[in-house]
Amino acid sequence: MVLVVLENQRGKIHPFSLEAVAAGQKFANELNCDLSILCIGEKVDELKSQAQNFKASKLISAKNDLIDMYSADGYSKVLSDVISELSPKYVLVGHSYMVRDFLPRVSAKLSIPFVSDIISVDFNSGNPHFSKQVFNAKLATSIEISSDQALLSFQSAAFSSDDIEDGAPGSVEEFNVQLSDSDIKSNSEPEFQESSSGVDLTTAELILSVGRGIESEENLPTMQSLADAMGAEVASSRPVVDMGWLPPYRQVGSSGQVVSPKLYFSCGVSGAIQHVVGMKGSKNVLAINKDEDAPIFEIADYAVIGDVLEIVPKLTEEINNSK
Amino acid sequence: MKIAVLTKAIPSYESSIRVDSSGSWIDESVVNYVVNESDSYALEEALQIKENAGGDSEVVVVTLGSEANTSKVIKDGLAKGADRGIFIKNESTTTDPLTVAKIFSDNLKSENFDLILSGLQSDDMGSGQTGVLIGELLEMSTATLAIETQVEGDKIKVKRELESGWFQWVTLPFPSSISIQSGINEPRYPSLKGIMGAKRKELNTLESSPESQSQSFVNLYVPKNEKVSEKIEGDADSIVVTLMDILKNKLKVI
Ligand SMILES: Cc1cc2nc3c(=O)[nH]c(=O)nc-3n(C[C@H](O)[C@H](O)[C@H](O)COP(=O)(O)OP(=O)(O)OC[C@H]3O[C@@H](n4cnc5c(N)ncnc54)[C@H](O)[C@@H]3O)c2cc1C
Ligand SMILES: Nc1ncnc2c1ncn2[C@@H]1O[C@H](COP(=O)(O)O)[C@@H](O)[C@H]1O
Repeated sequence: MVLVVLENQRGKIHPFSLEAVAAGQKFANELNCDLSILCIGEKVDELKSQAQNFKASKLISAKNDLIDMYSADGYSKVLSDVISELSPKYVLVGHSYMVRDFLPRVSAKLSIPFVSDIISVDFNSGNPHFSKQVFNAKLATSIEISSDQALLSFQSAAFSSDDIEDGAPGSVEEFNVQLSDSDIKSNSEPEFQESSSGVDLTTAELILSVGRGIESEENLPTMQSLADAMGAEVASSRPVVDMGWLPPYRQVGSSGQVVSPKLYFSCGVSGAIQHVVGMKGSKNVLAINKDEDAPIFEIADYAVIGDVLEIVPKLTEEINNSK
Repeated sequence: MKIAVLTKAIPSYESSIRVDSSGSWIDESVVNYVVNESDSYALEEALQIKENAGGDSEVVVVTLGSEANTSKVIKDGLAKGADRGIFIKNESTTTDPLTVAKIFSDNLKSENFDLILSGLQSDDMGSGQTGVLIGELLEMSTATLAIETQVEGDKIKVKRELESGWFQWVTLPFPSSISIQSGINEPRYPSLKGIMGAKRKELNTLESSPESQSQSFVNLYVPKNEKVSEKIEGDADSIVVTLMDILKNKLKVI
């Protein structure tokens, strides 16, 4: 059996979980086994009703007052109990921040390997291999499991929710959750959003994005001049914000904004997945990087191999002269 | 308070990463090893927690790996202000996070740390698991993606980053293992005095015996391009000419 765990994201099934459902159906077909879908914790009934339409053998819900609010303690205990009782061969989830927070606990409790952030699966006639990015996405690896069970999390877009087969669960069950106050050591407060009184990059047509490759804060004005000449908004990768060169609302990526401009002009950005998820919907990607192996080139329409600090001032001058 | 900081040596961004002749590891001889980015934020957070706590608090930098790759990492931690170092020697390439975490927990158990800080992810393996695994193995409370910490008596309050601009506060009892997100603070540079003093600080070397891995690399390979991209190279002037043509005539954005 394979088990897919659904995550609740403020009342809806998390988009990564939908992709995990598509993965689960594919696993069940390839490995010729049952698929169970688990709804856990927060707003279980809402999750369950949304999951009624997926083709699966079983829909299971795990409900308890103590996990009405997410906690790593509560979720890891309950999921470990579910796994111990049902013995799924694979447990499939999306590689979300919540999964990062509690799934390793399950791995350690049960001594089951957790292969995280998988980009593709080779079913390899029943003995699957799992690919993931390593070495800053400059290389990928294929991973083999040497135990009977594994926990697997998928990078966004490894599977597509468009491929979900509609249907209905063969049966609907409630898991008997055993939790006591002493299981929950930590105290979680409600989630909140911080007002980002900045620019809305999501509507920008042209974005000039700067990464650590611009080398120092002193080079920002040079980049700004090019943005001005093109009429582009300036965006950045996370390190540029971490170092305080630009405010957080300029950050693109999984912990920043998700943009889809006509042109995403990236300068000195390596193209880590957490950045790419925020800009891969761009109509055109032009990237300047001095390293021809930089992963950003895998998704670039125009791959400029060169020194951004040399090219940008010249380009700005040309654009200004041509006006 | 006794704080451990896990700092890992990883290939620098500039290093050229090539698959070696075995096909399942990289050619380390051409790689320059540096401290993993989020780990340097974890170290700074530990130093600040220690400075605020005062008393007989202690920060211990811990690393696991081969002698050749990790030597700079511990030195750097001690120079920045850590009190002592623990080097867990492991000359084999261990890529299974659960195995790595077991080696750590076996070797650190007797230290009874109140707090273990780690980076949220190593930029080479990218598992994002080690700190949480160790926390569970050592029966500590755990949290990830911390972007602010506040010690309150026998508890630590952590602001966690969630997806797409959401956050959450979690309060954890000690002992606790917390993974740190980048940007939480401004990592300090080592002072000259720090660098000089580092040589006199205690460094414990522990041997780890090879363990079997529950997941392992079959091979390493260069990822395929998703898009057919137009490659533009040459000297800056000719690149600019090409770019002008693309921006003006193909994309029509200027
Ligand atoms: C949970 C999590 C969430 C994250 N969220 C985000 C996010 O929202 N957004 C984000 O961006 N990152 C995010 N990150 C970080 C991400 O993993 C990368 O570390 C980050 O995107 C790297 O930024 P960079 O490309 O600017 O820097 P680097 O990776 O350091 O790359 C710099 C690049 O510049 C090139 N370069 C250097 N000098 C020059 C030059 N003179 N000319 C041309 N090129 C040059 C180098 O070859 C290199 O490719 C997150 C990470 C995690 C684990
Ligand atoms: N070999 C190691 N030496 C020191 N710290 C490590 C090692 N492996 C993992 N870590 C720590 O665990 C964090 C997460 O690593 P990972 O689970 O590999 O993504 C890193 O940021 C480090 O703080």
